Amino acid sequence: MTEQRTRASLADADTILSVRNLRTYFYTRDGVVPAVDDVSFDIRRGEIVGLVGESGSGKSVTARSIMRLVPVPGRIVSGEMIFQGRDLVGVSEGEMRQLRGAHIGMVLQEPMASLNPVLTIGDQVGELFAYHPDRAPDGSRDDAVAEILQRVRIPDAVRRMTEFPLSFSGGMRQRVCIAIATACRPELVIADEPTTALDVTIQAQVLDLLLALRAELGVSVLFITHDLGVVAEICDSVAVMYAGKIVEYNDVESIFARPQHPYTKALLASLPRLGERLAHLPSIEGQPPDLGDLPPGCSFSPRCPAAIDRCREQAPDATAIPGASGSGHVRCFVAADMLAAGAATANAAPSGSTP
Amino acid sequence: MTTRDTNATDGAPILELVNLKKYFQQEGLASAFLRRKRPPVRAVDGVSFRVTAGQNFGLVGESGSGKTTIGKTILRLEQPTDGSVLFEGADVHRLRGGALKEFRRATHVVFQDPNSSLSPRMRVRDIVGEPLSVQGVRGAALRERVAEVLQLVGLSPDAARRYPHEFSGGQRQRIAVARAVAADPKLIVLDEPVSALDVSIRAQILNLLRDLQDRLNLTYLMIAHDLAVVYQACDTIGVMYLGKLAEQAPSEALYREPLHPYTRILLSAIPRPDPTQRHERLPLTGEIPSPSAPPPGCRFHPRCPIAVERCAVDEPEWREVEPDHWVACHLV
Ligand SMILES: Nc1ncnc2c1ncn2[C@@H]1O[C@H](COP(=O)(O)OP(=O)(O)OP(=O)(O)O)[C@@H](O)[C@H]1O
Ligand SMILES: [Mg+2]
Repeated sequence: MTEQRTRASLADADTILSVRNLRTYFYTRDGVVPAVDDVSFDIRRGEIVGLVGESGSGKSVTARSIMRLVPVPGRIVSGEMIFQGRDLVGVSEGEMRQLRGAHIGMVLQEPMASLNPVLTIGDQVGELFAYHPDRAPDGSRDDAVAEILQRVRIPDAVRRMTEFPLSFSGGMRQRVCIAIATACRPELVIADEPTTALDVTIQAQVLDLLLALRAELGVSVLFITHDLGVVAEICDSVAVMYAGKIVEYNDVESIFARPQHPYTKALLASLPRLGERLAHLPSIEGQPPDLGDLPPGCSFSPRCPAAIDRCREQAPDATAIPGASGSGHVRCFVAADMLAAGAATANAAPSGSTP
Repeated sequence: MTTRDTNATDGAPILELVNLKKYFQQEGLASAFLRRKRPPVRAVDGVSFRVTAGQNFGLVGESGSGKTTIGKTILRLEQPTDGSVLFEGADVHRLRGGALKEFRRATHVVFQDPNSSLSPRMRVRDIVGEPLSVQGVRGAALRERVAEVLQLVGLSPDAARRYPHEFSGGQRQRIAVARAVAADPKLIVLDEPVSALDVSIRAQILNLLRDLQDRLNLTYLMIAHDLAVVYQACDTIGVMYLGKLAEQAPSEALYREPLHPYTRILLSAIPRPDPTQRHERLPLTGEIPSPSAPPPGCRFHPRCPIAVERCAVDEPEWREVEPDHWVACHLV
């Protein structure tokens, strides 16, 4: 990593997005799908927050909720998303259009899904400034576009802005998408699996680029991925999603060093790691549930090695993790009991050291 | 799969590739219009390695490096342009009659995407039984064997009458594995066997493959882009770059002492699930060249951080620099 993370300089007053108790449900013919169910997290200025989870856990629906682009038959049912003092749940569509692109950028897994194949790269980047003239750099449009392509390290930018997306490699196309997402110097970029379709060496370049842009522009990133390795490499804090809920949310060091939720623990243990050849990988039995047909109680309980009777009857609420900065929490009865017991012994012990 | 005793093997390779080449002629309007042939895509351009029975061999490399074409050519799904594939000493592309039938029994494949590799209109019992019926197994013997392998892969016997879409991705991959082992093969080619699966399911399938290997005396050739998966599952790893092997070594040696600059860059690019171990990623400049026009000399030289003049001219020899550690680089 070429750059030190800037956690120490992140004051809580710097929160730019605060999601609270967000619920986004799909009302399908087969019933209600609680794709995002009581999700809360914060993103601070310059912070990279990872949203990890398996397929269908609700990561993309969370992203689309923030962008207010939830497809039918889905809708935001309740909750708050405070972005720069405004609740995105309630703002008008016109206001939202001004925010998208200018204040909140988006990068998707498949670059070609967001690029227009019949427009030159230069036109697509430049188009943004027509929508958001107040955010356009000074000087000619072409100069501005070239500058923005150079910012994402596209070599030979002046020539390449006259080319079409199909003449770019997958990695270069993703750079163009990042250029578009950051052209207007947004406060927040939502990146939904931006490196999943890329080769590992190209992924490394894109991750380094995101870190550099964070340093240069101070942009915050909501980074959606299913890859815990990527999370460990670039995120400051992490929200682990399972079946529509955030089961654990904390800073990245704590999540990896002291995971609290049995799902987080099991997931970390099951990863094949370089330098550590195991005869048998600890695995999680069973499979993720169907969101339209969730088990009673905690959704992870049928697969959970730590589950007690209560877990199969009641859904646990979020419990704050003591010592966690911000709104770090875990959603598990067993973990909550252990945290409470830990806090009790810590309180009982005579504290000799100064705070 | 990593630390087995090798007393069952006499060191004779179960599989050997000898300077294997597979070129694809490029079709297309442009070439028809210009009335001249475009240069062929050299998907595999002179690859040699040996796989010892019971010792899993992993092939890693990025998209377009030729891994899948190697797998297909081994299984006769592609005809080599040059060179040969030897299975237990016999050239697989010259097999006929009974020897060919035996080869088809003794080798099988599991593909990445269980959704597209399993026919949606066939019941699981027909999918799993197919390699057996090809061998002439019928009736009760067929039914019994299908039930047996379904149990081996951890599926219930009533899975037999159901269709693939009734199963989750992980279970479908179990079905694909059941079919692969049904006819009691010796060698199974695993092409990205876990990359389409959810993280929590990958370990299940990797463990299943290992259990089956122990029980059934299998050898795996695993093709994957995920070096951590291959490292767990294989004894030897070969690193492909643009149709050629750059390096090959026992898994531990490859991880601890990578010699080829490309292997080092690849290893440094792999995200480690440990935020206290954040490391500098070695830069890889430029883009992967077209396999229809690989660079002269060492094909990695335009992107190599340590290349010297010679690398642009002479093709490096594939040589064994330490026991079982092979590399194609002038500077090692
Ligand atoms: N248009 C839709 N109609 C009905 N249900 C939907 C729709 N879009 C998403 N869902 C449901 O919402 C849930 C969450 O989906 P989401 O796409 O957010 O998952 P994800 O975590 O992004 O998964 P992946 O890793 O596969 O991208 C899923 O159960 C999905 O079936
Ligand atoms: Mg998604």
